[in-house]
Formats: sequence, C-alpha cells, structure tokens
Amino acid sequence: MKKKLLSVLLAGAMALSLAACGNSTPAADNEGVMTYAEYAAADLDTEVTVETYVQAHQSWWDNKVTVYTQDDDGAYFLYELQCSEEDAEKLVPGTKIRVSGFKSEWSGEVEIVDAKFEFVDDGTSFIASPVDLTDKLASDDLINYQNQLFAANGLTVVARPSGNAFDYKWDNSGSHDENSDLYFDVQDAAGNTITLTIESYLCDNTTDIYETVENLNVGDTVDVEGYLYWYEGANPHIVGMGVHPN
Amino acid sequence: MMFFERIKKSLFGIAGRASLAGALTVLCGLLLTGCHGGRVSKSFEIPEEFDTSENIELTFWAKNDTNKTQTEIYEKAARDFESLYPNVKINIRFYTDYGKIYNDVITNIATGTTPNICITYPDHIATYLTGVDQVLELTDIIDNEKYGLGGSELRFDGPKKDEIVAKFLEECYIGGSLYAMPYMRSTEALYVNKTYVEKLGYELPDEVTWDFIWEVSDAAMEKNADDTFKVNGQNVMIPFIYKSTDNMMIQMLRQKGWDYTTGDGEVLLFNDNTKSLLFEIADHAGKRSFSTFKISSYPGNFLNAGQCIFAVDSTAGATWMGPEAPLSDIHDNAKVKDVEVVVRKIPQFDTEHPLMISQGPSMCIFNKEDPQVVLASWLFMQFLLTDEVQISYAQTEGYIPVTTKAHNNPEYIDYLGRGGEDNKKYYSIKLDATKMFLDNIGNTFITPVFNGSASVRDAAGQLIESTTKSMRRNQTVDDDYMEKLYSETVSLYRLDQLGASTAGKGRKAEDLGPLPGGAKALLISLGSIWILIIMYFCYINIKRRLFNKNNE
Repeated sequence: MKKKLLSVLLAGAMALSLAACGNSTPAADNEGVMTYAEYAAADLDTEVTVETYVQAHQSWWDNKVTVYTQDDDGAYFLYELQCSEEDAEKLVPGTKIRVSGFKSEWSGEVEIVDAKFEFVDDGTSFIASPVDLTDKLASDDLINYQNQLFAANGLTVVARPSGNAFDYKWDNSGSHDENSDLYFDVQDAAGNTITLTIESYLCDNTTDIYETVENLNVGDTVDVEGYLYWYEGANPHIVGMGVHPN
Repeated sequence: MMFFERIKKSLFGIAGRASLAGALTVLCGLLLTGCHGGRVSKSFEIPEEFDTSENIELTFWAKNDTNKTQTEIYEKAARDFESLYPNVKINIRFYTDYGKIYNDVITNIATGTTPNICITYPDHIATYLTGVDQVLELTDIIDNEKYGLGGSELRFDGPKKDEIVAKFLEECYIGGSLYAMPYMRSTEALYVNKTYVEKLGYELPDEVTWDFIWEVSDAAMEKNADDTFKVNGQNVMIPFIYKSTDNMMIQMLRQKGWDYTTGDGEVLLFNDNTKSLLFEIADHAGKRSFSTFKISSYPGNFLNAGQCIFAVDSTAGATWMGPEAPLSDIHDNAKVKDVEVVVRKIPQFDTEHPLMISQGPSMCIFNKEDPQVVLASWLFMQFLLTDEVQISYAQTEGYIPVTTKAHNNPEYIDYLGRGGEDNKKYYSIKLDATKMFLDNIGNTFITPVFNGSASVRDAAGQLIESTTKSMRRNQTVDDDYMEKLYSETVSLYRLDQLGASTAGKGRKAEDLGPLPGGAKALLISLGSIWILIIMYFCYINIKRRLFNKNNE
C-alpha cells in the first residue's frame, strides 16, 4: 500500500515537474511577480517580472516581437521580447503572459527590454477599454497614462511642416510601397498640437487605418484610438480612427 | 519618432512579415547557385558604341537619410541624365535603410530581377558576389577610352580616374577586383559641449584623447544635494554617448594597432586586447558616465538638451547636432541654447597618429544580358560622380564628395568658407564636421570586406552594448563574464560558421592562395590541348612543305 501511495505521489510530482517545464504557468504560482505600482516604483535597469495581458503586437522578426500589454492598473511596452514565431501567433489580444526582463527608458519611453515570457493559463483574459484623454493631450498628467490604450475625440487635422495632411516618415521621405510609418498632426479644442503615428510594424500599408490616414485632408475632424507611446514626448501609435463627415 | 526612426530591424532590415528564415533560404539558394555555375553567364564586353537609338529603362535603388533634399537631388540627376541621353529612362526606388536594399537585392538575385544600379555598402556587395556574374566588375570599364572615367564619348564632364579620391576607391576593391564606385563618404566626429567642459574646470584640447573624455565624463557625474547634476542643474546627464558602438570598437582597436579581422575573414576580435578595452568602457558605464544610442537614445537629443557633453556620431548626422541645428527631435523648449558646441576628431589613443574610419555609400551595377543596358547603367553611375551631383548631395549633410574634382571646384570651396552664414545650408557644425573630415582623409582607414564581415562588425558593437548594459544592471563584469560574452557573441552572430572566403578590400594584388585542384587540372588540360593543336599545325605545315619540295 505504501509503495502504491509512493508511486502515485512520485507520478504526481513528475507530472507537476513536466508542467513546470512547459511554457504555461498555473495561476497560483506568482512568486516574484510585481504589481503595476511596484513596477512603476522600480528603478531603471533593474530586473522586473510582471503578469499582464496582450493588447497588440508589432510584426514578429528574428525571434523577437514588440508587444503592447495592459491590465487593470497600467500598461507595459515590451520591446523586442524574445519569442518564437509560433508563440508570436498565440499572442492574441487578451492573452495573459508573465514577463521577466529589465526596466529601461529610451527617449522617455519606459519599457521592458531583454525580456522572456511565458503564457499564464489561469483562465483570465483582459481587453482594455480606451481611456478618454481628449482633454489631457497637453497636460503634465499625460505621462501617467504612458503605453495605455486611449481615445481622443474631435481633433482637427492640421498641416504638417511639409504642407501635407500626413507624411510618409517624419519628413515625407518615405512611401507607401516602402511601408513607411505615417505621421500626421492634430489639434485639440484648446489649440494644442500633437503628432500621431501609424507605426507600420503595428499597422502596415495593407490595413484600413493606414489607408484612412492616407486619405486624410487638412481640416478633417477625427476621433482616434491608440497606444500612448513616447518619443521625446507623447508620440501615440494610432490603431483606430473615425473621420467626421464634412 | 523622427530622426532615422528607432532601429527596429537591423541586419536584414526586413519590414512587414518577411522572415529571417526566408532570407537565409534565399541566401542558401544563392550560394548553391554559385556552386553550380549560375543559370546564365552574362560576362560583359564593352560595346564599341553606345547605341542611342535603343530605348533603355534603368532601375536605380537609391538610399537617402530620411532627408527630402537628398531624394530631390537623385530625381534631378535622373532627369538631367535623361536629357543628355533621351533614349534612357531612369526609374528610382528610394530606401532609407541599407539593410532593406540588401534584403531586396538578395531576393531579386534569386528571381533574376535585380536593379541596374544600387547604392550599397561593399560589405553587402561581398555577399552579392556569391551569385555568379551578378555584379559588374568595373576594373576594365573605368579605363575605357571612350566610356571610361572621363572618357572621350561622355556627354557630361565626369571625373577622370585619378580624380576619384584613391582612399575611397580602394574600398571598392573586393578580392583584388573593382566592384563598386564610391558615392559619398563620411566619418565619425566628436561633438562637444565646450561650455560644460570648461565649467568642469577643463580646457578642451584640439586633439581629444580617450583619457580626457573618460576623466571629464566621470567628473560630470557630481551631483547637488537635490540630486540634480552640478554641471547642468538637471536630473539627467549622460556625459558621453556613442551612436555606433561597432565603429567605436573597430576604431579603438585600430588606434591601438590591433586588427579585429584579417583581410581574408579570420576573426581576431575575441582576445585579451578587446577585453582590456571592454573593462575600461565597463568602468565608466558602471559610473553612468557613458552610454550608447541603443541603450539611451540619439546622442544629439541629449547634447541639444544639455544632458550630454561628448557625443560621437557620423559627420553625416551633423545637421542634428547642436541646439541651433536645422534638424531636431526634441522640443524647442527642451533645448539648452546658451552653450557652445564644437567639433573635434573622434577621441584618440595617440594624437600624433590619429585614425578614424571612412564610411559611406558606394554604388554597384548589376550585370544584364544586353551590353547596351549595362553601358547605360555605367554612364549613369558616372553621372552621379559629376560635380553637380556630388556637391549638392554632400551639402545636405556632413558628407564629402568622393572626387578631388569636386573638392577643388570653386563652388564647393566657396561653400566651405561660408560656415555660420545661416543655420541651414551653411550650418556651422555641419561645415566644421565636413572640413575636419577633408583635413583628415589621410588619417582614415577602411575595414576588410568579405562574405560575413557585416556580422563581425555587428559583433564588435554588441560586445560594448552588452558590457555597458551589464554594468548598468549592477552585474559582475570580470574575466568569467568576458569569456561567456565572447562565447555568446560568437554564437549569436554565427561567427564560428564564417569561412575565410574573400580577400580584403583595398588590396589589388591580393594573394588568393594556391589554386584548387579542379582549376589546376583545367589549366593543365587547356595547355595540353593548345600544345597538341600547335604540334598538329606544325606537322601539317612540314608535311605540306615536304610535299611541295618533292613536287618541285
């Protein structure tokens, strides 16, 4: 009887060990995982581990993928996360992952770099609702929403320095065929101007949003949704847009 | 994201969903094609005349630095050329990423749809050469009396061979043969916030040493009681930022007299010499007085915000350097304008014998079936070396023209003398960087080119990036760390799979080693056949003479 019990225990232990070897983690095993507040308080260049939910990701390349993630408390930008192409396909919106890497800052963008991840299979999912930042685009408070999905409404498209409603690359030196990022400037009701970007690795030249921006005219009124990316100031990556009828 | 955009995808620079595996597959295909002699041999013979009655369409893949003026210069050059040769039409495709051009060329070699001309790096051409007869060898054509450099039948005033700066032309020789022409050249420059150097109690020398930079950088880390930095009163200060750490390592090694590869592709990087440099860098990275572009961001952004004292970047990025620079990514109110920014040579170990890298785009021609098309490509390539194109393009950044003809052009000399007249065309820092390079052409060096040399360059930079990151993360950097770093870097860049494949550039009479057995057998057979043919003709001749003699 004792041998039988021992066998069962050993088999159970082995099963648990094998589960731990996989890339999926049970819900209860959250040792060392930081809350968003702890992550926000952590120093730059320190090791961090967070559990978070995928919202979107850029195109996979060379075993790396850049991911926009969020939970109820805040958002994380995972720059060039180590990831196989097969796993990248599983990073669908709502998927929970545990990420371990280093907190870093690049031109004002706070992000997790040199990171690895595993899927967390606890049955939970989270899709962020956009936070309305229409009245905060020029406020000092804006940085507190860094990387979050946001919305801003009733913005007016203004001319770029090139005179265009949008540019391929920042100085209009790119092209549609080159799958260049798109840049366009909008003004809020208070007259504050902000530059918005279609990051082509997130929304390439085959997407509706890319085409919508290519059809913008100076003076159009738009509602936008995107991730509050940062580059020497707010430089949101836009993923959705509605153009008001004239 | 304004400047060159954050470097997202480096070596192959593949946008969208193309995969590395795909690129490697194509590359393997190329190598196999090379092994089996290729599909079509298109050895080029220069036509006697350029046929102006044949309509020719050329595709030119051009590289610009996200600079609209540069694209306009390419467009104008194409239109001007078309007006000289109305039977030729030039279609330009613009790129802002050498890696993307490289990837597209590799893909198009496999499908036989390469462009006619493209801007590229010799490192990349070395890989293109794995496809048989793909890249036009220029050794003969440049000397052609009619259509060569400065040839009699050109419809434009192009440079003669001896008017191409010899140092720049050397870089275009791969394995002893000329496969490219230089288009523009730049080097790296040290952009210094002189005001802050003096505020720290130092005098900025004309020749800056590594020791000086490290000492001043460490001194700049002193803080006030409120945690701001004494030198700038801000919360941020990274005294020394290097943009291109591969260049940093390569130049440090060269200045010390230590090669990082041999000319034929042997990697010499992973040794105690390199380690000694890395430990020095680690010391300052740990103090946070040194960082890199990849870790922190563009040196120019920090320099212009008064958060950096020594910024090393290309002379081709000079229009971004300094708070009054015509191009900038930071908001105007973030700039610290009451400082003086000056240009110096990159730091040196031996100021008596300064050394700096020569870099910049070159041009190559892809071979085609129709020799008239190839000749047209060559004519257009030469047209890009005319003074008008060279001078106008060089003025867009801190590039220098690749011809002495342009250097000596009164228009160019006038341009160089007008530094500071405005903050656009005559932006003083851009012109100072240009003049520094012109004064130091003789002190530049180039690096060996072979199939895989681009990976070795990347590895050289990665050593600095990894060491710097580790120090910032309070990890132990010691001998054991270095051994592990070397091993990981070799593996990451597959340097253990590199063959010593191609001879170094700039050496025309390169020793290519003993001939392979197959080649020897072929040569012996050919020689034997010729001997037999000659013996046969001698035999026939003697026989005929004897016959004639007997009949007389």
